[in-house]
Amino acid sequence: MIVRIAGEGQFRLPDEDAERLNELDNRAVSAVEQDDEAGFRELWSQMLELVATDGHALEEDELEESTVILPPRDVTFAEAQGEFTGEGLIPD
Amino acid sequence: MAGLGGRMSTVFKAKISRLLDKSEDPSETLDYGYQKQVELLQNVKKGIADVVTSKKRLQMQSSKLEQSVVKLDTQARQAISQGREDLARAALERKTVAQTELQSLDTQISELEAQQEQLTANEKKLRTKIETFRTKKEVIKAQYSAAEAQVKISEAANGVGEEMADLGLAIQRAEDKTEQMKARAGAVEELEAAGTFDDLTQLGGGQDDIDRELAQISGGAQVDDELAKMKAELGSGDGGEAPQLEQGEPKAGA
Repeated sequence: MIVRIAGEGQFRLPDEDAERLNELDNRAVSAVEQDDEAGFRELWSQMLELVATDGHALEEDELEESTVILPPRDVTFAEAQGEFTGEGLIPD
Repeated sequence: MAGLGGRMSTVFKAKISRLLDKSEDPSETLDYGYQKQVELLQNVKKGIADVVTSKKRLQMQSSKLEQSVVKLDTQARQAISQGREDLARAALERKTVAQTELQSLDTQISELEAQQEQLTANEKKLRTKIETFRTKKEVIKAQYSAAEAQVKISEAANGVGEEMADLGLAIQRAEDKTEQMKARAGAVEELEAAGTFDDLTQLGGGQDDIDRELAQISGGAQVDDELAKMKAELGSGDGGEAPQLEQGEPKAGA
């Protein structure tokens, strides 16, 4: 799968990571729904970490569409409330 | 796909499929797509240039605030040497507010600088992708049938489009941030201007609303400390070191 972190670029991740990312995504949605900013921050950093650990940056001349686009690293909680809703960034 | 990804990719896909519907000839679509990308790249460059301009304005505001801090400090000393502790306190309260704002402004300016570097790097990446698209479109034109070409065009164009929209969003974010900063720094400047002690005698002893508000924001302790220190400094001299007033000579007394 290909994941973009907004403002940073695209990363190629093994397909197995989709499930893990989706799980974190869903938990992030419920943290946001419960107005739990600390919880959201923790999950958000885990999502970024997963991309950093398992992902390989795409070459500059690769023209690929992303499977999922994550918000910018410094996403505010207010912005997150607009992004992490319903099925989250990754539909179930 | 929901969220950011959803919004962005929907827009491109709609655009690309509209293009493909309109045109019978994929090579026309390809050339048009490339031309559009080159045009949009100009917007991106302009956007980054705007961020740089905004940053420079913030740097100017920062150096104005620095001047305010120096000026308010001088005014506080002048007020003490004239025995006007009330005015000295008011000046120091404003100085504290200006200093706090200056610190946060400087932090944000360095953040903005880092963002600007990232935007420039991403612009370079986008240029590479557009260049790749240009090469690829010639290959597609030469090698594929019309039906196959359409699929290849969508893939390649969406790749470029996503990169472009991402950079557009990043520029928008940086601009929003500088606007907020400019407004805040501007408000503090106005405050300082409102409290300029051009004529020490005109301000009178009574506290106005701004003074009361300032006293609350800045918290008395720091101001008290500074006031005491200044008084000690100024009092310890035998008059020879008394600071000069900016305008006119100090009146006798105190």
